[in-house]
Amino acid sequence: MSEQVGVQSSSLTERFPEIILPDSRTGYSGFLVKPENLVVVAQALRDEMGYDYLSSVTGVDYLPENKMEVVYHFYRTIGGGALVLKTQVDRENPVVPSLTPLFPGAEFQEREAWDLLGIRFANHPDLRRILTWEGFHGHPLRKDWKEPFFEEEAKPFKSRWPEGHVYRAEDKNPFHDNLQYPAGFDPEQWSPETDELLYAGLKRVDKSDDLLTEQVVVNLGPQHPSTHGVFRMVVVLDGETVVDLKPIMGYLHRNHEKIGERNTFLQNMPFTDRLDYVCSMSNNFGYALAVEKLMGIQPPERAEYIRVMMAELTRFLNHIFSIGFLLNDLGAFFTPMLYALEERELILDVFEAVSGSRMMCNYFRFGGVARDIPVEVMEKIRKLVFDRLPRKLDEMDYFITNNEIVRGRCEGVGVLTAERAIALSASGPVLRASGVAYDVRRADPYSIYDRFEFDIPVRYNGDIYDRYLLRLEEMRQSLRILRQVLKDIPDGPILSGKPQYQVRVPAGESYGRVEGPKGELGFYVVSNGKPNPWRYHVRAPTFINLTSLAEMCRGQKIADVVTILGSIDIVLGEVDR
Amino acid sequence: MITGSGILRGLWTTFRHFIKTYLEDLRSGKKRYFTTEGIELRRSPDVEGIFTIQYPEEKLPVPEEFRYIPFLVYDEGDNGEKEIRCTSCGICAKVCPPQCIWIVRTNDPVTGKPIPQPKEFYIDVDICMNCGFCAEFCPFDAIKMDHDYEIASYDRFKEHIFDLERLSKPASYYAQIRPTNFMREEAARAEKEAQKAAARKPAS
Repeated sequence: MSEQVGVQSSSLTERFPEIILPDSRTGYSGFLVKPENLVVVAQALRDEMGYDYLSSVTGVDYLPENKMEVVYHFYRTIGGGALVLKTQVDRENPVVPSLTPLFPGAEFQEREAWDLLGIRFANHPDLRRILTWEGFHGHPLRKDWKEPFFEEEAKPFKSRWPEGHVYRAEDKNPFHDNLQYPAGFDPEQWSPETDELLYAGLKRVDKSDDLLTEQVVVNLGPQHPSTHGVFRMVVVLDGETVVDLKPIMGYLHRNHEKIGERNTFLQNMPFTDRLDYVCSMSNNFGYALAVEKLMGIQPPERAEYIRVMMAELTRFLNHIFSIGFLLNDLGAFFTPMLYALEERELILDVFEAVSGSRMMCNYFRFGGVARDIPVEVMEKIRKLVFDRLPRKLDEMDYFITNNEIVRGRCEGVGVLTAERAIALSASGPVLRASGVAYDVRRADPYSIYDRFEFDIPVRYNGDIYDRYLLRLEEMRQSLRILRQVLKDIPDGPILSGKPQYQVRVPAGESYGRVEGPKGELGFYVVSNGKPNPWRYHVRAPTFINLTSLAEMCRGQKIADVVTILGSIDIVLGEVDR
Repeated sequence: MITGSGILRGLWTTFRHFIKTYLEDLRSGKKRYFTTEGIELRRSPDVEGIFTIQYPEEKLPVPEEFRYIPFLVYDEGDNGEKEIRCTSCGICAKVCPPQCIWIVRTNDPVTGKPIPQPKEFYIDVDICMNCGFCAEFCPFDAIKMDHDYEIASYDRFKEHIFDLERLSKPASYYAQIRPTNFMREEAARAEKEAQKAAARKPAS
């Protein structure tokens, strides 16, 4: 990989000799570019060098240097390592040109950076707050912003030991003072006027016929049984046809990243479980990779195998769960889903026995895993992988795949073309069902995935049905990997070094990404050598996949919107963070 | 393919599931429900037919590693007094991700020096996220994760901050819920003691 980086740097610095500078800070990589040259460079990256996939956009607040930095991770969809581009602006009035016109997938991520860090993106088509509410005061990820329950900059708090006289946070802050409002703000008098602007900003069609029909704005959610959580879609309808759609999220927002910056590195591990609470093992995996990269440690062999095993079991349970839910969205009320849940329960039993918890596993540690797998659990995994799961998968295939209703409602609905999927930074099954064979396990192998034999399934129609078939096939491939893992898993230690509760992480940045069941899950971590991360960012796959929701829904019927949303397979714990 | 056959397949699968439950009932007789054996059968990978465990009449056995709210282990002395293992070193409070552990260290009233024993120990169970770090990193095996998950109460303001009294549980209870962990830790401790004794001998 280092060779590849060398080639990139020479060609990029040759192409833009004056403009591009390698990032020379210790522990950092990539290139620095001035904001005024950003668009030119990004365009050249996309059109001349094949970096067509803008994976992650995020900001970092470097308070001591009085700088705001925006970090871009570009990839090639044919595979390979990252090209990291950074641009620095003044902290007082940070303005960066938006990359949304070039890479539409940056839209939500730039809105997030504006919302949480206050970086303004010039030329962004719709720069509104996205995760916090419209009346929110300040930008919470700025280092000088303090939450209402603020106690100290970093954990562990001094009030807990040795003089830990217990009090409840709410006793200290009576409930009515727990929120921060702008001066002179009265919540009773406030009305969300931005909603009117939002409705006005939606597209309408020009009607050429003589019928006097009105186009109606409908709010689907936040409390709607089929939005998979508290999620809202504002839809403009012409009759039953969707003209335009805008997703609105953040109802479950808890500022995971700010919590992460207060935590120590290890304390973040159980918090990652709560992102995508269906696949906590994958979340652990991504975070562990990012921090291990910074620390420069490698887990022992057995731990690598256990990690892959857990990640693939997670992929299986997520996909079977999401297929069950898709059927629910289609109106097959709960029967297929409960069949799916049976298999999920059996896998969760395994997780519970190894990690202690069914869903909030908290199983990975830096340099290995928390515990070894007991012999009887290993036996159970064998039984599941070699007998039960393939059998049940075939049953599912048998009774769903050729069902007339499923085919009738899913084929040709919610189409996303390959070009648009790449441009919109879709990842995971959504991207692969659109005909792009891009899987991080192959494109940029991590852990020990390069040792296993498996295929990357691809489908070419980009509709709901293909996403369903693709998930089915991915489960088969997961079982294939699991069979190899179970055959080859060696004995040995499961953790490199001693268990430590306070790890030493050298200063620098790292981006660890895994192919989570829902897409590319990335963790961008910046350390300044202290026990707490300076910046902790999650590239949430379902959040970014939602960028393509409007594209898929335009021109479809309102009843299909629910199914299209189900086929993206979102989890609001991760979308809202 | 004939139109309608896909739907028939789905109905057939459901019907088979339904029938299998009764077949299983006939085959295993009364022992399928409300017995430990039946519960084990219904959660094994070989299960066919109905899958449900009828909580609270039936309860799933939890695995040894299962973790819920922590407790403090005490050894029973010769006269039955509680010898709490905690030395109030504060590692659990420092590692706790949501910072729900509060410890007051005991100070010697005469010299003012700290005594390795907690004066007060609180866990706010509303905040505890059951991650298990405290148990994992405790160097004295003094704090462990519990198996008792039925702790709902009517008044959270009165009952949800557990104090030293409420948190203390005997080592015999710990040995009962986590036998293999207990055995391993006891063995390690015995070995350490033996080493210490061996190291002390030549000096004396």
